[in-house]
Amino acid sequence: METMVEIKNLCKQFGPLTAVDDISFQVGKGEVLGFLGPNGAGKSTTMKMVTGFLTPSAGTVTVDGYDIAQSPLKVKERIGYLPEGAPAYPDMTPASFLEFVAQIRGLRGREKYRRIDDTVMRVNLENVLYQSIDTLSKGFKRRVGLAQAILHDPEVLILDEPTDGLDPNQKHEVRTLITDMAKEKVIILSTHILEEVHAVCSRAIIIANGKILADGTPSDLEAKSQYHNSVTITLRAATKKSAEMRQSLLKLPGVKKLEKLVEADSTLSYQIFPEANRSIIGEVSQHARNQQWEVEELHVEKGHLDEVFRTITTDLS
Amino acid sequence: MRGNLIWVLFKRELSSYFATPIAYVFIIIFLFLSGIFTFHLGNFFARGQADLMPFFNFHPWLYLFLIPALAMRLWAEERKSSTIELLLTFPITITEAVLGKFLAVWAFTAIALFLTFPMWISVNYLGNPDNAVIMAGYFGSLLMAGAFLSIGACMSALTKNQVIAFVVTVVVCLAFILSGFPMVLDFFNGWAPQIIVNAISSFSFLTHFNAITKGVIDLRDVIYFISLIAFWLFATAILIEMKKAD
Repeated sequence: METMVEIKNLCKQFGPLTAVDDISFQVGKGEVLGFLGPNGAGKSTTMKMVTGFLTPSAGTVTVDGYDIAQSPLKVKERIGYLPEGAPAYPDMTPASFLEFVAQIRGLRGREKYRRIDDTVMRVNLENVLYQSIDTLSKGFKRRVGLAQAILHDPEVLILDEPTDGLDPNQKHEVRTLITDMAKEKVIILSTHILEEVHAVCSRAIIIANGKILADGTPSDLEAKSQYHNSVTITLRAATKKSAEMRQSLLKLPGVKKLEKLVEADSTLSYQIFPEANRSIIGEVSQHARNQQWEVEELHVEKGHLDEVFRTITTDLS
Repeated sequence: MRGNLIWVLFKRELSSYFATPIAYVFIIIFLFLSGIFTFHLGNFFARGQADLMPFFNFHPWLYLFLIPALAMRLWAEERKSSTIELLLTFPITITEAVLGKFLAVWAFTAIALFLTFPMWISVNYLGNPDNAVIMAGYFGSLLMAGAFLSIGACMSALTKNQVIAFVVTVVVCLAFILSGFPMVLDFFNGWAPQIIVNAISSFSFLTHFNAITKGVIDLRDVIYFISLIAFWLFATAILIEMKKAD
């Protein structure tokens, strides 16, 4: 995989506060990297340094072989950036705003109009093209912000909370857009919505207090969860038999512990945790069949990303 | 520095004045006040002279309040609406951004100044003025407006708060006007060496502006205004680089 963005030992200090503390990572073409972290973790600050808005206190940012300190314009040409909150000039219309951005990006003539038309279609701005931006709804404003970011078909897209504050339909649209563009680009996006990581990201980095705490595919991260490979079973059975059934489940090979979820109205539901790196779904289902239990639900948990997130980011303090 | 990019920024900035009421309010008030100053306070008719001296004499005072109001939004607004983050991550340099925005607001004051042409027509209708002197007056006024604006641009880069930008700009501009005022110079005359008095007076807008409006375009006066503009714009660029994230 071709490395497009390389970040080495990046640091940013604001007075006595260290916002970003020695962050290094590389992103290759085709990757969608999700930046996860609590508010104030340093996600936005890192993005602002990659886009050249902020000057790092230490460390380097290289995009497509160009160092941002040495050739900032070469780097900026290659990046499309959606800042947090999708700022745009409120007194302009999307049409005039995109025209302005196209000119700033050096697009001319037929190519310019082709890019503008293509972008407007991609983000569905046709109906509000001649309305002033400050009268637009949040969802449309976000689309205008996305449009200016992808207008010049950049190799690297940096999106700071692209779906923040959007309704579920709009979120879905933005995610589809991101997935569509993922193949030929490098996309770095920040979010604190964990389901989004599953929906769009091929890789996730968790940062807190300016440090990288975890870096891997969404499934790698889920494997860190204590729920990873645990089995949830829901049975129909008399409540008085519950103690006996729990005991029999606990005796199965590979089972470490069992948590009671529901035990009422002749519905019994348990969460069964395996010993490290084991899968117990086979054993559990076999056992249920042997005992001729009336199983209503039986499934394996992949792991809870939010639980991993909480464990990793709160361990620190 | 790339002229075509400065031109793109210039166009956007200038058209933004006309997209909001700012342009119209400013132009109307500017024309109204310059009329009042010229005809009522300046005794245009009673002087019985065919020139625009009463018109130009009040320009420093008119600019003192109107120009900071125009300049205060230049960078403060960009920062407040976070568009500065967009602007400075486009493939442009800070110098190009500073120049494009400054030239736009300067061009806007040129438009406002141009719209005072009925004054010029009246004085030509009433008598036979020296039109070269009047042109020099317009030229000097435009240069002085540029100096006011460059100070305003710098103060606007200093803060997100437009009120603070306005007040500080008025104070700094006032200092640049007053340093040539007889009252101020008299205060120094008594005890300070002549060279200091001259230095203070040479920093004044009034000294250089009055020289030009008399019809004498001395290169030194022009250089004074141009270098003043260059200095404040340079300071603006440095301030933005330092404070863009605040």
